[in-house]
Amino acid sequence: MAAIYSLYIINKSGGLIFYKDYGSAGRMDTNDTLRVASLWHSMHAISQQLSPVLGCAGIELLEADNFDLHCFQSLTGTKFFVVCEPGTLHMENLLKYIYELYTDYVLKNPFYEMEMPIRCELFDINLSQAIQKDRVALLGR
Amino acid sequence: MQFFGGSDISPSPPAPTAPGNNAHMIYVFNRNGVCLLYKEWNRPLHTLNAQQDHKLMFGLLFSLKSLTAKMDPTSAEKGNLGVPQLPGQGCSFHSFRTNTYKLSFMETPSGIKIILVTHPKTGDLRDFLKYIYNLYVEYVVKNPLYTPGTPVSCELFNTALDQYVRSIA
Repeated sequence: MAAIYSLYIINKSGGLIFYKDYGSAGRMDTNDTLRVASLWHSMHAISQQLSPVLGCAGIELLEADNFDLHCFQSLTGTKFFVVCEPGTLHMENLLKYIYELYTDYVLKNPFYEMEMPIRCELFDINLSQAIQKDRVALLGR
Repeated sequence: MQFFGGSDISPSPPAPTAPGNNAHMIYVFNRNGVCLLYKEWNRPLHTLNAQQDHKLMFGLLFSLKSLTAKMDPTSAEKGNLGVPQLPGQGCSFHSFRTNTYKLSFMETPSGIKIILVTHPKTGDLRDFLKYIYNLYVEYVVKNPLYTPGTPVSCELFNTALDQYVRSIA
C-alpha cells in the first residue's frame, strides 16, 4: 500500500544517477530505467519550447490515469522526480527535502564525483527515513 | 524536518484578470499526425514556425504516451519504449503542468487528440475536452462537405468552439 512508487534523480545531461523503487508492480530493469530517465529529460526540455508565455521552466506535474509524476528541477539542472499514486499531496515539499538531503550527503561528500551514480550510504539511510516518515504520515490520515 | 520556505524558484505568470481569457491555444490532431485544427487566443511567444510547432507538439504527445505506458506502476506486462500505442492501450496521461501553462490532453478511440493549453491554475478539464469533442462530432464530422483528414474550416464549429472556450473559468 504505497503512496510513493519510485524516485529518480537525473543529472543535468539527462543521465540517471539514482533510482529507488518502493513497491510498484511495474518494476523495470536497469536499462529501461535509464531510457525512461533520458526520455523524461528530453520531454522536460521540449515542453519549455511549446510554452505560449516566456519563462517556462519545464514540467512540474504530470497526471496520468494510474499515477502522478512530480518533478523538481534545481537551479543547476539536476532533476528529482517521484512517481506516486494519483492525488498524493505534499510531493513538492518532499522533493525539496530530498534535494536538501542530496546537497548534504552527496554533494558535500568529498569522494563523490559530480554527475556520477550516487553511492552514498548516509544518503540512502536518510532518504529511506524521509520516505518512511512520509508514508506513515500519509497513511495516518 | 526542515522544509524549504515558501519562496518560488520558478514564479508563475499573473492570473488572467478578464473572465474568459484563460485559454492560450487549442490543437486537434488525427491519428496520422495531421493537425486538423489550431487556434490561439493568447500566445505572446512563438518559438517555432507553425509547421514545426505542430510536429513538435505531436511528437511530444507521442513520446509522453509511450513514457506513461512504460512507467505505469500498476501493470506488470508492458511493451518496449517507443512502440506506438493504440488509443486506449496502456496508461495514458491526461494533463501536465509547468510554471507557465497547463496542457490538458484527451484521445478518443478513433485516434483524435484534443489538446488545450491554459493558465497553470486551471482545474481538471477532462469534461471540457469531452464537450469539445462532441462539438467536433456535431459540426465537423456530421458535415457532409468535410473531408476527413484535412484541416477543419467549418464556420459554425469555430464560433461554437470560441464561445465555449471563452466560458471556461
